[in-house]
Amino acid sequence: MARHESILGVIGDTPLVGVHALSPNPEVKIYAKLEGQNPGGSSKDRIALKMVELAERDGLLHPGDTILEPSSGNTGIGLAMIAGLRGYGLRVVMPENVSIERRQLLEIFGDDVTLSPGEEGSNGAIRLAEKLLADDPTLVMLFQYGNPANPLAHYEGTGPEILRDCPEIDVFVAGLGTSGTLMGAGRYLKEHKPDVQVVAVEPPSGELVQGLRNLDDGFVPPIFDAALLDRKMIVRPRESIEWLRRLLHDCGVFAGISSGAAIAGATKMAETMESGTVVALLPDAGWKYLSSGAWTDDLDVVEERATRINYW
Amino acid sequence: MSVEVRLPTLLRTHAGGAASVTAEGATVGDVFHDLTGRYPGLAGQVVDDDGTLHKFVNVYRNDDDIRYLDQLDTKLSDGDVVSILPAVAGG
Repeated sequence: MARHESILGVIGDTPLVGVHALSPNPEVKIYAKLEGQNPGGSSKDRIALKMVELAERDGLLHPGDTILEPSSGNTGIGLAMIAGLRGYGLRVVMPENVSIERRQLLEIFGDDVTLSPGEEGSNGAIRLAEKLLADDPTLVMLFQYGNPANPLAHYEGTGPEILRDCPEIDVFVAGLGTSGTLMGAGRYLKEHKPDVQVVAVEPPSGELVQGLRNLDDGFVPPIFDAALLDRKMIVRPRESIEWLRRLLHDCGVFAGISSGAAIAGATKMAETMESGTVVALLPDAGWKYLSSGAWTDDLDVVEERATRINYW
Repeated sequence: MSVEVRLPTLLRTHAGGAASVTAEGATVGDVFHDLTGRYPGLAGQVVDDDGTLHKFVNVYRNDDDIRYLDQLDTKLSDGDVVSILPAVAGG
C-alpha cells in the first residue's frame, strides 16, 4: 500500500536489499535492511511513534505538552516530525559534537535544541535531560533508553518484517545504542526461529567519551538484556568508513556511518559460516554525514574526524 | 602468553598514565591477576569483589566482548589485545 493519509503511515516496512558483493564467502548472502527509507530518515521513527502512541494511551501526554528527550539526533528528528503533527512541543538534549546536519534537521522542524558537553557523549545528554526534568516537571520525558515502547516498536515491526522478507535468516546484526533494535527485533526472531544468532556491533564509544570521572558514571540502558545477544563486537571508525565506501561503490547503497559498522559485523559473521544468510540493519542513509567527508576525503583525515564527532 | 592491555582514560592514573600495558596470562582473568601485582587498584576497578566484571565495564579480546566468550575464563593467545572500556550510552 503506497497511499497514506499522513506521513506517519510511511513509517516502517522498509526494504531488504541484497549486498552480496560484500560477502567474503560466496555461500553466505548478506541483506541490508534500509531504515533510511523511513520518512524521518532513520529507524528511530519507529520508536518515536510508538513511544508517543503509548504515552498518549497511558495518559502521560496531553495536547500542548512539551516532550523532552536526550538524543544524539535520530530519535530527536523522528520525534520532531511526530510532535509537530500531534501538537506537542519538543526539546531535544544533544551532545554538541553530533554532525551539523542532525542539528540542522531539528532546527528546520522548529524545535528547541539544548547542547550537552561533547566529551560526556550520550551519558552527558541523559544527565542534562534528567536535570532539566527535575527543574521543570511539566516536561514529559519519553526516555528511549528505558521505555519499553522502544524495543516493542522493533518487536512488532522490524522483527516481523525481517522474518517475512527473509525466512531463511541465520544471523541478525545491528548496532547497539539504546539496544532497542537488538532487544525488540532480536527477541522476535529468537521466539520465532530459535537458531537465529543475534549479534551487536558498537563503536569504541568508551574510548571516545573522555569526560567520565569514574566507572560508576557508566551507563547501561535499562531496556538492555545481555542474555538476548550471542556476540558483541567493536567496530572502529576506520573500518566502518571503509565498509561504508564499499556499500556505495559496490552496491549503490548510500548509508550512514553506523551502517558501515553493521556491514563490517555482517562480513565478520559471514567469515565464520559455511553457508547461510545474514541480515544487517542499516539505521539511516548518508545525507546527515555529507559534512564528515566520509566518502570523499582522505581515509586518515576522516578517521580522525570520526573520533571527534558522535556518529552513533 | 604476553598480551597488550589497552586502558581507558579514566583508568590510566592507576598505571602511571600509560594508555596500554603489557601483561602475562593464559586467560583474561589471569591477566587481571598479573596486573594487580604491578598496578594495585587497577584490576579492582574492573573486577568486583565477587570475581565478576564491574557492571559498567566492557572487556574485549581483539574487539570481541568477553561477556559473550567465556567471561574472565576467555583464553588468550600471544599478541592478543585486551581492551577495557567504560559502558556508555549511544542513540
